[in-house]
Amino acid sequence: MLPTNEQRRWMYRNMLISRYMEERIETIYMEGKKPIFNMANGPIPGEMHLSNGQEPCAVGVCCHLGTEDIVTATHRPHHIAIAKGVDLKKMMAEIFGKKTGLSGGRGGHMHLFDKDVNFACSGIIAQGMGPAVGAALSRKLQRKSGIAIAYIGEGAANQGAFHETLNLASVWKLPVIFIIEDNDWGISVAKSTSTSVSKNSDRAAAYGMPGIFIKDNCPDQIFSATAAAVEQARCGDGPTLIEIKTSRLAGHFMGDAEDYRPKGEKENLLKNDPIPTYRQALLDEDVITIEEDSALVQETQQLIEDAITFARESDEPAPEEALEHVFAH
Amino acid sequence: MSATNKLTIARAMAESLAQEMRTDPNVFIMGEDIAQLGGVFGNTRGLYTEFGEERIRDTPISETAFIGAGVGAAMDGMRPVVELMFVDFFGVCFDAIYNLMAKNIYFSGGHSNVPMVIMASTGGGYSDGGQHSQCLYATFAHLPGMKVIAPSNAYDAKGLLTAAIRDNSPVIYLFHKGLQGMGWLGTEPAAINQVPEENYQLEIGKAKTVISGTDITIVSIGMGVHHALKAAHELQKDDISIEVIDLCSLVPLDRQHIIESVNKTGRLIVVDEDYHSYGMSGEIFASVIEHDHTIFKTPPQRITYPDIPIPFSRPMEQWALPSTEKIIHACLTMKEK
Ligand SMILES: Cc1ncc(C[n+]2csc(CCOP(=O)(O)OP(=O)(O)O)c2C)c(N)n1
Repeated sequence: MLPTNEQRRWMYRNMLISRYMEERIETIYMEGKKPIFNMANGPIPGEMHLSNGQEPCAVGVCCHLGTEDIVTATHRPHHIAIAKGVDLKKMMAEIFGKKTGLSGGRGGHMHLFDKDVNFACSGIIAQGMGPAVGAALSRKLQRKSGIAIAYIGEGAANQGAFHETLNLASVWKLPVIFIIEDNDWGISVAKSTSTSVSKNSDRAAAYGMPGIFIKDNCPDQIFSATAAAVEQARCGDGPTLIEIKTSRLAGHFMGDAEDYRPKGEKENLLKNDPIPTYRQALLDEDVITIEEDSALVQETQQLIEDAITFARESDEPAPEEALEHVFAH
Repeated sequence: MSATNKLTIARAMAESLAQEMRTDPNVFIMGEDIAQLGGVFGNTRGLYTEFGEERIRDTPISETAFIGAGVGAAMDGMRPVVELMFVDFFGVCFDAIYNLMAKNIYFSGGHSNVPMVIMASTGGGYSDGGQHSQCLYATFAHLPGMKVIAPSNAYDAKGLLTAAIRDNSPVIYLFHKGLQGMGWLGTEPAAINQVPEENYQLEIGKAKTVISGTDITIVSIGMGVHHALKAAHELQKDDISIEVIDLCSLVPLDRQHIIESVNKTGRLIVVDEDYHSYGMSGEIFASVIEHDHTIFKTPPQRITYPDIPIPFSRPMEQWALPSTEKIIHACLTMKEK
């Protein structure tokens, strides 16, 4: 199944939003952290995991989803959150730790939760998978529509939770899809030295489910290759494991010197940046014109600037608000 | 007199590890990102170059597997040191820790040893959110069978790590990120001190009186010791004399040392960055009261982390953390009583 032109424009637009958001966060994160980098300083403290390079994995899958579908993401959540429709302003305010953020500043960039669009994430490796399986079970038991998607990195495929949830999803034939974003690196550890198989999608065989390998970091390919899995989940035929070969264009987190990367790797990845490549494809195939493209770039940049202004101008939470929401009302 | 160097905790740990690996071929290290990267917090830096991938083993992100494997290797004569990058990740591998590592000596009736160390980072204060900022001291200390230590400076860090590696029982070695000497985490300067080049051990389970005083005893561990020292320094100006005790170990707990101090001062404050309830502070109060319920001139106080997940936002997190100001305030109210 090929994406329509409208879907391709949607994917491109969301990739642009994500990329521009990351570029801006990169700059803002460094405010107050120069000349001596100290994580605690600046308007965005703490760890910052950027997802630039991985945008196609978010849009190619989420283009099939509606608000009612459930997505759990990882510690590298921005691109997926955007493609799932998480409110940009509230997300930015959360990343700044402001009162107007998704959780009033309690979560931060690794713990973004948006009930309105069924999005959640976890900073513990592979631990988004159980909740996705549970959500899928809930939909099945309640006979409600909607499927669940769990995103993980390739490093997470060596966690116990990965293997346990795949098995569970398979024996219970749940409407869930597992997406592996294979960027080759788990912080400084290369996949080749940590993983017994060259393709994690091969592991699907062990759990009696289809395993799909998508070799190009291209939204159209990802869209097409995931369509059948979405269809299968929606009609009650059980889970699929999908692995996408993608690229982490930045370090593991901001401040990572990346000395562990082989020489030339980074340059190569940057040469194959999926966004300019996709832009060129859309221009070549007359899906968008140059004028539309620059309008789109401007529009998406404006969205992010508005979100940043909103976040910057929002109040800090009162310190005592830390005590709220430990338990439900 | 041997030479000394001013070291960060991270470098002191790496020095202890290197020296133990040179003298004992059975010592090896495994964990995530410990080889080429030298550990996210720098505590294995330089070791990969010297010892190579056989003994400095980067692992998959498979804590259940490699901590369980540590137990097996330890019971078979090796001395594994295992790194768990953030203590917060214990949840995915806790069974290997408390049902295997901590119980196998007992189950074997003392016929097997489990000479294994788990090193893990603790603590917050830089907005890393609720899954990367906990201390969890009490979680480990509560379960029998593992020693739990947490140094507050480089000298102790080296001597305690050496002792932990040589110990035939499992040891949880907790290092606070804010004391580690990694610039990007900010650093408590007093944690960086003179460390002898030669190898030495400090006894696990021995507390230290860092400064002596007569009015109030402050008991703490890790980062809390530095908050207490600063408070003591400030309070000198008000002629309040503080005794600061660095526990260094939570298990075994040096109860006698605490009791002797409170006998002298009659006043006790416990500073703990771990959650308030069911924690170190309650244990210390109970230990003192069990010994002599008339010992206190004023009710003891505790400055702890409230029973809430750690919020990301700076004003909320800073408000919730123990601090020098909170200690000073507690001391002043205590002295008035
Ligand atoms: C259970 C657990 N172990 C270790 C970590 C530390 N950690 C955070 S990200 C990461 C690497 C993850 O690699 P991968 O799953 O490939 O995702 P990527 O970062 O490449 O997106 C590690 C080891 C963690 N957060 N949780």
